[in-house]
Amino acid sequence: MKVYELSVKEARDRLLQREISSRELTLGVLERIREIDPKIHAYLEVSEELAMEQAEEADKRLAKGDNISPLTGIPIAIKDNICAKGVRTTCASRILENFTPPYDATVISHLKQAGAVILGKTNMDEFAMGSSTENSGFQITRNPWNLERIPGGSSGGSAAAVASDMAICALGSDTGGSIRQPASYCSVVGLKPTYGRVSRYGLVAYGSSLDQIGPLTKNVIDAAIVLSAIAGHDPRDSTSVNKPVPDYTSYCREEIEGLRIGVPREYFAEGMDPEVANLVHSAIRRMEEMGAEIVDISLPHTQYAIACYYICAMAEASSNLARYDGAHYGYRAPDTDNIIEMYSKTRAQGFGAEVKRRIMLGTYALSAGYYDAYYLKALRVRTLIKRDFENAFEKVDIVATPVTPTAAFKIGEKITDPLTMYLSDIYTISLNLAGMCGISIPCGFTGGSLPVGLQLIANIFQEDILFRAAYAYEQSTPHHKRKPDI
Amino acid sequence: MMTAMNPRMSTSMSEGRINRLEIQHVALLSRLHLTEEDITEHTVILNRILEYFAKLNELDTEGVSCTSHSINMNNVFREDVATPSLTAEDALANAPEKELNCFKVPQIIQEG
Repeated sequence: MKVYELSVKEARDRLLQREISSRELTLGVLERIREIDPKIHAYLEVSEELAMEQAEEADKRLAKGDNISPLTGIPIAIKDNICAKGVRTTCASRILENFTPPYDATVISHLKQAGAVILGKTNMDEFAMGSSTENSGFQITRNPWNLERIPGGSSGGSAAAVASDMAICALGSDTGGSIRQPASYCSVVGLKPTYGRVSRYGLVAYGSSLDQIGPLTKNVIDAAIVLSAIAGHDPRDSTSVNKPVPDYTSYCREEIEGLRIGVPREYFAEGMDPEVANLVHSAIRRMEEMGAEIVDISLPHTQYAIACYYICAMAEASSNLARYDGAHYGYRAPDTDNIIEMYSKTRAQGFGAEVKRRIMLGTYALSAGYYDAYYLKALRVRTLIKRDFENAFEKVDIVATPVTPTAAFKIGEKITDPLTMYLSDIYTISLNLAGMCGISIPCGFTGGSLPVGLQLIANIFQEDILFRAAYAYEQSTPHHKRKPDI
Repeated sequence: MMTAMNPRMSTSMSEGRINRLEIQHVALLSRLHLTEEDITEHTVILNRILEYFAKLNELDTEGVSCTSHSINMNNVFREDVATPSLTAEDALANAPEKELNCFKVPQIIQEG
């Protein structure tokens, strides 16, 4: 087994046994990136020098045997909307092409304290707006399972990097499915924690009431290790919640006897690829065989989730992205005569098409005369969607659904039609609106060898149940061990 | 060119189509410079998306409260204690233009 193929847990065991050093592990992964990334284009920047410094620092800690955490010496890739001091952070946007943050995001501080090794920054849809990573201002990332297809988005670079062993694990961000959907398309594990579980300080804001940072990993226990390291209250993010952070790996046990799993009938509706539906149904049957109780449930407002989500997210985005004005950092249009012209041309030249669309629609939804009809209406529907989940969780412990209606689509297939692209987010966006936590785990492959994911959803701050169910299912299947042939 | 416009605003969402004048108004509010071609493209695409958004009108939301934040949380207060923050040098490090330890921008106030 090559070192870059190791999971977090396997690598950690070998580091602790002194079978390998972090230096060897990091060099192995960097070599893998050099070899494979010219085909995949997952990374926007590889911070090789920083990675080697951190690896040597980690080896010192490991040699001394003190201050060792589960991530000490583990190479991790970071989505390019998470600030790391001194490492260029672009959000895959031309407007931030030369932005180098003067500070660390709180999750990066946690990773540094843990002694993790930061490999570099991964490609994404510009400002996390998209479902295919095709909206990147810099490059198209390819799906390691089929190079003609998209890796999903917006954390497509992180998912592709983990799937092709160009990182032991990665961080992404999820506003409407941006961790779970690429995880599903690339056959890795992707977790969106409960809103408020992980600090958003230093995560470049898109939809502040929806955004959450989470792990993309090779298996469930690795996701538990990473979440345990990055979760927790942060005075710098007043929406982070002050609750103790357990060791989430302690919930990774094969016990789902009696667990009540709700299956929402609205999630197996028209537009669903029958192959995907079959694989997800088989996964649910597997959990039933293992002793879980399957309960038919209804989330009646599901069909309104896309409109509700996009209005909320675009409104928040239009406000959040007002900061890109060409004055403080980032790109500035040359040769302008006055300040309004400077703002307007900077933003017109710096933002891509989808970002402009969302700023326009969000501004419209918040503007005088339309605020009640669009924005307030969406906030009321958001209440109804949240209630759907609250009602469901009175009857069940967990909800099982598909992640997406189809497997990964072809590059170019949906990019010309924004609305069709939005509609592919149907199964992932509701829980961001409701704040719940959710995980995507591999549940098989289509006849065309494309990965399919199973989504498990738990009530707020019940990541423990999520890990229990996800781990039990994963251990009963071989899917997470299958690797793409690159 | 950048003076405020008063496009005809329709208030009902069923007529929520957006015309060229409104696109220009929203672009001004958004501080986005649009070409004639951009305006045409935005008018087509935004109308399609807004028409889809109108689906929410099928729901009666009379008396339903708003959710702007998914986790129950009210104002979060902290003690007013000064903590270290960025130095002026760090804060200015990414500035497109700077002078005398300040961000430099084009003229804001026209001379009378």
